Amino acid sequence: METISQVNRRQFLQFTGLVSGGIMLGASLNVSGQANKLIDVPPGTPSEALAFNLFVQISPDGQVYIVVHRSEMGQGIRTGLPQVVADELEADWQRITVVQGLANNKYGSQNTDGSNSIRDFYSKMREMGAAARAMLVQAAANQWQVPVQECFANQHKIIHKPTGKNLGFGDVAVAAALLPVPKLAELTLKSSDDFKYIGKPVPVVDLQNFVTGDTEFGIDVDLPGMVYASIQRCPVVGGHLKTLDSKATKAVKGVLAVLTIEPTPLPAAFNALPGVAVIADNTWAANQGREKLKLEWDAGANGTHDSDEYMETLKKSLQSDGRVVRSKGDVDRAFDAHTHHVSAQYTVPYLAHAPMEPTIATAVVNEQGIEIWTCTQNPQATRDAVAAKLEVAPEKIVVHVTLLGGAFGRKSKPDYAVEAALLSKQLGGKPVKVTWTREDDIQFDFYHAISAQQYKAALNENGKVIALEGRTAFPSISSNWSLDANFASDGEVSLGFVDMPFELDNLRLQTHRADTHIRIGWMRSVSNIQHGFAINSFVGELAQAAGRDSREMLLELLGSERMIDLSQSGVKKYGNYGEPIEKHPLDISRFRAAVVAVTDSAGWGSKTTADEGWGLAVHRSFVSYVAIATRVKVSKGKVEVKEVHCVADCGLVVNPDRVEAQMEGAVIFGLSIALMGEIKVKNGAVVNSNFHDYPVLRINQTPAITVTLLQGSEIPGGVGEPGVPPVAASVTNAIVAAGGPRIRDLPISGHLLV
Amino acid sequence: MINITVNGQAQALDVAADTPLLWVIREQLGLTGTKFGCGIAQCGACTVHLNGTPIRSCVTPLAAAAGAHITTIEGIANNDKLHPVQEAWVAEQVPQCGYCQSGQIMSAVALLRDNANPSDQDIDQAMSGNVCRCGMYGRIRKAIKTVAGSPVQMYNPETDAESQEVQHG
Repeated sequence: METISQVNRRQFLQFTGLVSGGIMLGASLNVSGQANKLIDVPPGTPSEALAFNLFVQISPDGQVYIVVHRSEMGQGIRTGLPQVVADELEADWQRITVVQGLANNKYGSQNTDGSNSIRDFYSKMREMGAAARAMLVQAAANQWQVPVQECFANQHKIIHKPTGKNLGFGDVAVAAALLPVPKLAELTLKSSDDFKYIGKPVPVVDLQNFVTGDTEFGIDVDLPGMVYASIQRCPVVGGHLKTLDSKATKAVKGVLAVLTIEPTPLPAAFNALPGVAVIADNTWAANQGREKLKLEWDAGANGTHDSDEYMETLKKSLQSDGRVVRSKGDVDRAFDAHTHHVSAQYTVPYLAHAPMEPTIATAVVNEQGIEIWTCTQNPQATRDAVAAKLEVAPEKIVVHVTLLGGAFGRKSKPDYAVEAALLSKQLGGKPVKVTWTREDDIQFDFYHAISAQQYKAALNENGKVIALEGRTAFPSISSNWSLDANFASDGEVSLGFVDMPFELDNLRLQTHRADTHIRIGWMRSVSNIQHGFAINSFVGELAQAAGRDSREMLLELLGSERMIDLSQSGVKKYGNYGEPIEKHPLDISRFRAAVVAVTDSAGWGSKTTADEGWGLAVHRSFVSYVAIATRVKVSKGKVEVKEVHCVADCGLVVNPDRVEAQMEGAVIFGLSIALMGEIKVKNGAVVNSNFHDYPVLRINQTPAITVTLLQGSEIPGGVGEPGVPPVAASVTNAIVAAGGPRIRDLPISGHLLV
Repeated sequence: MINITVNGQAQALDVAADTPLLWVIREQLGLTGTKFGCGIAQCGACTVHLNGTPIRSCVTPLAAAAGAHITTIEGIANNDKLHPVQEAWVAEQVPQCGYCQSGQIMSAVALLRDNANPSDQDIDQAMSGNVCRCGMYGRIRKAIKTVAGSPVQMYNPETDAESQEVQHG
């Protein structure tokens, strides 16, 4: 295990003894010809490795070390980003070692959420590989005393074209590392025709370790002298501890101490919840001791929160004045002129992330600084949250990122690392591992927001939609930072609501008030979950009301192949997932292509038995387009999902196997939401506790899944999240087609057996 | 002192008898391939073999394993040669995050040992106790089928490994 002193080593200096001529690709990640600061090298590389830039080190034996600064939680990013670097570098994949980066602002954002890793870093990783390649080629040309134009890199070698002589990467690594870093404008990137790894299904680098159990997740961290903590937290947000009796706890063999974690005034951001921590010499003793705590809590103002009652409050809110976020034409006049109206309300309950590995962090806090090992999606936020709470400069905090046993957005909030740091400090610097139980995970999450929506449309005599109004209400993630956040933020409204793609002359979309009573957070595809469900359900309802095929209705609503300009309909702030609209427009041709491809894949329109039916949905999120067609059987009050076809257009794909795997996983994740996901709250506290009462999909409920990838752009889009939003409506639409009821309130298990 | 054999090694353990085998394996023996997922036998992440039978080690007290042969994920390969089920997991690129896969593999090994040609229904039944939140069930089915029916020598660590005594307290 690395220690603080090891982490700050300067390997480059140790090897060459030189500072001048040193190289760094700076905080901007731009290749700079004049940078000569030292390069940060994370633990995991040998001391003889030479740093070419922040992401590439090469040792004299030719081994290439590629730093991955993003967190691995199953999406395959420890393979995808190195594929891009290695391709431009012309490295042999067999001679690559992947090194996990520490929290470090120089890398740029390490917040592994928003399906961002490839779309934000694809170009930068190419530059890193190309810059190191240029230095290697130059060093070889220098050694041979030939023009650099006569040399090129291929498969871990530099080759002199006229003579065919060659040198290995390792042979020139020392000389190359001393050369000036090329300027960005001087770099020659490879032609996509020459890609060796980009676009190929390269097996993930951790595969062998996964199947042999030889991995380090957050739960596997083990430090000398480490103690184990189990924490009983206040069940209601904003509450605090009234009385504590730990006598019986302290009598449990192995229990070493009982400590308290004080509340943070609301809004508490990602701080630790107030709680009582039992410290023991093993996990089981800590859990046993915790069960014997006698605690009384003061629940505070949120102690009356009840999720069933609150859903009725949200539905009422939809009938009050909302804030118009998009408007076009004259919706009210169109509703008066066309009397065939269809309207429906849709609800989605609170949801929990439930990654297989709960949140876990290990911390050492002493006079030298703070060192943390944890399964985090966001090491910089982890560092900054701990720095703020413990009043330590961020520079004195080292955050190691382990593998993440799933995350889905939960592990982007570092409350658990703050807990570990607070406890280690109270224990005078002893290493402390905080392991959340499954009950902790289910009951102290940052939940996906409970939501209610209402859609209303007017149709003409041909069954064509003339006017449409949509309303949405759900508590905002902004409530973590602001007590006044009682409407969805512009960012949340941008997630599949305000960007509704239909070609309509009369359209109005509005948001409605929703107060917050429990912690709300991002969960895989965020507000797209409820928005994708409602709008696609409503299209199904419109088709049914008009007596038309739902594919035909959907394509008609999408309308002509065009780029949508939301600013023309009064949308002031459209997030577009952080991307410029010119680079990633709302492209109707890509929506349409996905719908056509998925219905072709599914054999849309072919006959099914009377108790079976197909459902369809399409959604753009994280600048990718995903269409889903699902076949279900409804018989004797039970629904069975038989078959799911998924067509994903994520633009340029680095690793098609991992993109397919993400889509397969997104279908399963979406089915869990649709069929059985529901967190209930009573008296301010979450009622569910474990997989028996917060079930997730199992293998016996898994349909056959067919994934097809389209490439509607040369630029990468998001992958991890966009598969989720269309799943639920494809199922509820299919249930109607199979002769079952229209289900507007998720989960389906509230209406049918699943 | 409670005696168990883990992956062919005899272990003498001075640990509270009610401690779940999971935590003994992980924290006393340092075999961290076996994972904690739920603590109530609902997710299968902690699956190991007790005398060849797959069990949920999170709810199995150490006392219940006294004298038994335990096999964990670390014990199914034959030195550097992966178990055929592990090989199939590699070939189908089953894992995403990888966390549940030790338990999945241990359940699949037991299934295939008892039933060389499992049907879809057999697979669903044997594997439905193992949750994969990443949703790789389709690949798990496929990987099991690639092993099914192939003439593979199943390495048995209970009988094939050399026995050594180690004490832990």
